[in-house]
Amino acid sequence: MEALARRMNHGLSFIKCLPRQRLPILACITILLAACGGVQDAERETVLHRGLGAEPESLDIHKARSNQAGDVQRDLGEGLTGYAADGKLELAAAERVEPSEDGLQYTFWLRPDGKWSNGDKVTAHDFVFGFRRLVNPATAAFYAQQSLGDVVNATEIIAGERPVDDLAVAAIDDLQLQITLNNPVPYFLALLTHPSTFPMHRPSVELHGDAHARPGNLVSNGAYKLQEWAVGSYIEIVRNEHYRNNDQTAIDRVRHHITPEDSVELNRYRAGELDVTFSVPSEAFEQMRKERPNELRVSPYLAVYYYGFNLTKPPFKDNPKMRQALSMAIDRETLTEKITERGEAPAYGWVPPGTNNYEPRQFLYANLTQDERHTKARELYREAGFSEDKPFSVEIRYNTADGHRRVALAVQSMWREVLGVESTLINEEAQVLLENIRMRDVTQVFRLSWTGDYNDAYTFLSVMESDNPSNLTGFSNDEYDGLMDKAAVQADPDVRQVYLEEAEKLLLSEHPVMPLYFYVNKNMVSPRVRGWGDNVLNYHYSQYLSLSDTD
Amino acid sequence: MSYLAAIRPILRKSRDNKTIVVCSSILLLIAAVALIGPLLSTHHYASTDFDNRFMLPSLSGWHLFGTDDLGRDLFVRTLLGVKVTLFVAIIASGVSLGIGVAYGAIAGYVGGKVDAVMMRAVDALYALPFIFFVILLMVVFERNFLLIFVAIGAINWLDMARIVRGQTLSLKQREFVDAARLIGVSTPGIILRHITPNLFGVVVVYMTLTIPQAILVESLLSFLGLGVQEPQTSLGALVNGGVSNMERAPWLLLIPSIVLALILLCFNFLGDGLRDVADPKKKT
Amino acid sequence: MLRYALLRIFGAIPTLLLVIALAFMMVHAAPGGPFDAERVLPPEIEQNIARAYNLDESLPQQFLGYLGGLVQGDLGPSYRYRDYSVSELIGNALPVSMQLGVLAMLLAIVTGIAAGLTAALSKNSYIDRLVTGIAMTGISVPVFVIAPVMVLVFAVYLNWLPASWTGGTEISRLILPVVALALPQIAYIARLTRASMIGVLSSDFVRTARAQGLKTSSIIRYHALKPAMLPLLSYMGPAIAGILTGSVVIEEIFGIPGVGQFFIRGALNRDYTLVLGIVIFYATLVILLNLVVDLLYGILDPRIRRR
Repeated sequence: MEALARRMNHGLSFIKCLPRQRLPILACITILLAACGGVQDAERETVLHRGLGAEPESLDIHKARSNQAGDVQRDLGEGLTGYAADGKLELAAAERVEPSEDGLQYTFWLRPDGKWSNGDKVTAHDFVFGFRRLVNPATAAFYAQQSLGDVVNATEIIAGERPVDDLAVAAIDDLQLQITLNNPVPYFLALLTHPSTFPMHRPSVELHGDAHARPGNLVSNGAYKLQEWAVGSYIEIVRNEHYRNNDQTAIDRVRHHITPEDSVELNRYRAGELDVTFSVPSEAFEQMRKERPNELRVSPYLAVYYYGFNLTKPPFKDNPKMRQALSMAIDRETLTEKITERGEAPAYGWVPPGTNNYEPRQFLYANLTQDERHTKARELYREAGFSEDKPFSVEIRYNTADGHRRVALAVQSMWREVLGVESTLINEEAQVLLENIRMRDVTQVFRLSWTGDYNDAYTFLSVMESDNPSNLTGFSNDEYDGLMDKAAVQADPDVRQVYLEEAEKLLLSEHPVMPLYFYVNKNMVSPRVRGWGDNVLNYHYSQYLSLSDTD
Repeated sequence: MSYLAAIRPILRKSRDNKTIVVCSSILLLIAAVALIGPLLSTHHYASTDFDNRFMLPSLSGWHLFGTDDLGRDLFVRTLLGVKVTLFVAIIASGVSLGIGVAYGAIAGYVGGKVDAVMMRAVDALYALPFIFFVILLMVVFERNFLLIFVAIGAINWLDMARIVRGQTLSLKQREFVDAARLIGVSTPGIILRHITPNLFGVVVVYMTLTIPQAILVESLLSFLGLGVQEPQTSLGALVNGGVSNMERAPWLLLIPSIVLALILLCFNFLGDGLRDVADPKKKT
Repeated sequence: MLRYALLRIFGAIPTLLLVIALAFMMVHAAPGGPFDAERVLPPEIEQNIARAYNLDESLPQQFLGYLGGLVQGDLGPSYRYRDYSVSELIGNALPVSMQLGVLAMLLAIVTGIAAGLTAALSKNSYIDRLVTGIAMTGISVPVFVIAPVMVLVFAVYLNWLPASWTGGTEISRLILPVVALALPQIAYIARLTRASMIGVLSSDFVRTARAQGLKTSSIIRYHALKPAMLPLLSYMGPAIAGILTGSVVIEEIFGIPGVGQFFIRGALNRDYTLVLGIVIFYATLVILLNLVVDLLYGILDPRIRRR
């Protein structure tokens, strides 16, 4: 007992001694830090620090689906096609493609200089191996149906009804690949830019199995190879010298930092730790616009933010007037100018502007003034059987996030002021909200977004087909389905465009959803970074970027 | 010793203690303003005004504390926040007090196997990460307002129980307990009439730790998005909102933080004062 | 004493099992699954995924499967981070959190006790009021306010310290998070120490010792210190819990990939195995720590030793 007390007291007296010892310790620390800094300057490697956003779930191209995973995978690997810095679709691992007359068969000739990061040549067999693994039910890949669903036998293989080898993909020789489709798919080449369609290095996958995507195991055919994954912190990739275009790659090393919180990420950017951010918080937009206008990059993004209706139950089932009234009562200009404040475009249609080969449609009332819309909205509201004395009540569900909260509060306020609607806001966790939306039991109005997988109107319009599992509103319209089916098999792009535009017009007139705004890309890009091309898919391959040392 | 006998001298001494008087007055004042204030202002806590967002505090338009990112009046919202926060904290602390004292006193006094089992249960509950437990409660019961303070109370009683048990273990050995046992007072009697009043001092001190803790827990929940639902608000939620707009509209952070800090400070100082007053060993 | 300790350890096993069962039930009771996303999967793919992760089995079956793996030391694959197993994720996160937590705890204890003792010994002097005042402020402002303000001031405006922690052991990266995490605990510990010391100093046996003519410093060293530390021991449990909870906020703000972060993400992502794995770790840790605290209590307060 005494000993313990003595020890504790001794500890306390150590504290009293500390001031004397503190100075030398501080001095040592300072010297160490300075020395470390000095060592780094000596290396002449160019390193880029990028904010990635949330952590990718996997770097295995078949086991991931998030944008973040895609960003890293696009740096590591390369598919048959890809995008240039300005967002233009181009051939990547393939140097030539010949679709057949009827659009059902595609033949690709691969670049002879394509190489894996360990020096092996990239062959057509690697693509076949990758595709087979993608559709194999045991892989449980997220994008199997989306990417290769149109290939003959793919759907059956995914469902386990046919063996994997039945997939209509064949390597005619080492450099020639042939893919056969069930029906013509005009955007098929765009589908092949998705990382799930990248080739796979068979020997390493067979050797390492599910662990083949780990640092040290992963063999990639893109501009970079995987160096390190400090889970929760960053993913580091380094130059792949064997890459076919390696002499065009300017940056030697890229650190994708995990930055799930945009406000924290911005602080890191401002402190000089990041060269590029993944996003910019809306609270800081004004300030960044004033302080760093040349570093703030905003451009349209192929995604729409919307409020969906649950059409399978009252109050919105068979109630188009109420749906339209509610949609018209929302002042989308105020929403984007004062609430979200990031330069988003108010959405009066479903398909975002900037989509290839497409003229987006708009609501019929898009050209009215807001006051006129309010008048019409009140009329419809009354026709639906409600008034100031008999107000409509509705629940708005959204997932927990500051931005969604503010939009919901704004919409609640607008509905109250224009129509007298009493809305209750229900803020749920993302997983809970998604489950509720799928169950279609309790939801009435819910917040969601949809991002295009490829630059074509089909990726937006197909969501609303009655048999699409992502059709979360329950919208089911035979005419719409008919138009979409026709567009799906139409080889002539102009005719196809007409079908799609008609479909969108029909969709908008039925009001199954209330699109609020179209997203924008928002990044802080350091003046050191060159080659950052704004594009509507927000793909920024590190191989197109370079760092200039003149600050 | 009966409860009255334990409390009366404390009340008497409290009146003389400056800290207690000052702090309780401030708290009562804040509570009073929170209740009456909204009646004086023309603004409603949920009315948005998109043309007057981020207004500085000023007398024009009667925005004494300015407006927030949606143009809502901060004065009225702060008062609402005070109401909600105090309500949650007091109820939550009451819950944890009731359960914790009862549990801890029984476990500590009865001792032996009962104590072992009871504390084992506490261990088990302790080991369940609080945040997880709360998230799931929230999720399973759909963000019920009532659930918030039940959840907070249900977490904090564990601490109270352990402290009370520890204190009871020490008290158990004291002379007056032996005396009571000799006289023939039953076990529940001893616990109720002799142990608990003597716990008052420790409990009061710990209470003044738990009420602020409950307030901070509520703000943590708001940080995670699990707290009070919009358009209702609490001080924690206001402070959280203020942090995101820290550089653009510092008053959105400063004002609720100062009010929150003031309330917490008062409770803490009050606790100190009460401890000085309630400690039975203290002779003036 | 030894028997007591052993009994407690044995008794901890059913506790642990209870905790695991409770956590398992709760995590599966929460609505939503690990693979839900805005992009709803086609039914065949959902089936494939369910099969790959045993989600198509009944809950009791899944539980037994999990326990089976547990006995072999396998915490299972993470449902969300599909390239990593739970053991690996925890293995990566634990040292990070421990470093942060232990440093913060040490800082809090040392600073808190020092401050509290100083205040207690010079009671009611201006030093006492100053220390008490600062401690009070530390308790009154939530950590998620102090931390971002610190980052803004020290990292962004002044650029003295880094804004985040990105691996490695550079001391400069640790300063802000450790201090931010320790602050509320310093405040509590200072207050507790002060109150406790004041109480002890005015107690009977201290007055007896003083009456016997012992010097104040000896009194403190040999008679007052130990009992004064007792309430502090009781507080260690909540303190550690406080550090763990606070670390989630700190980890978020400074980008530290610690256990708290993974836990929250796991709960929100419904990553069942990750969450269960962390619960088990945490539970084991807490049970052990409680045992240590109780043993220490027994050592330091002779009145309790005999049970």
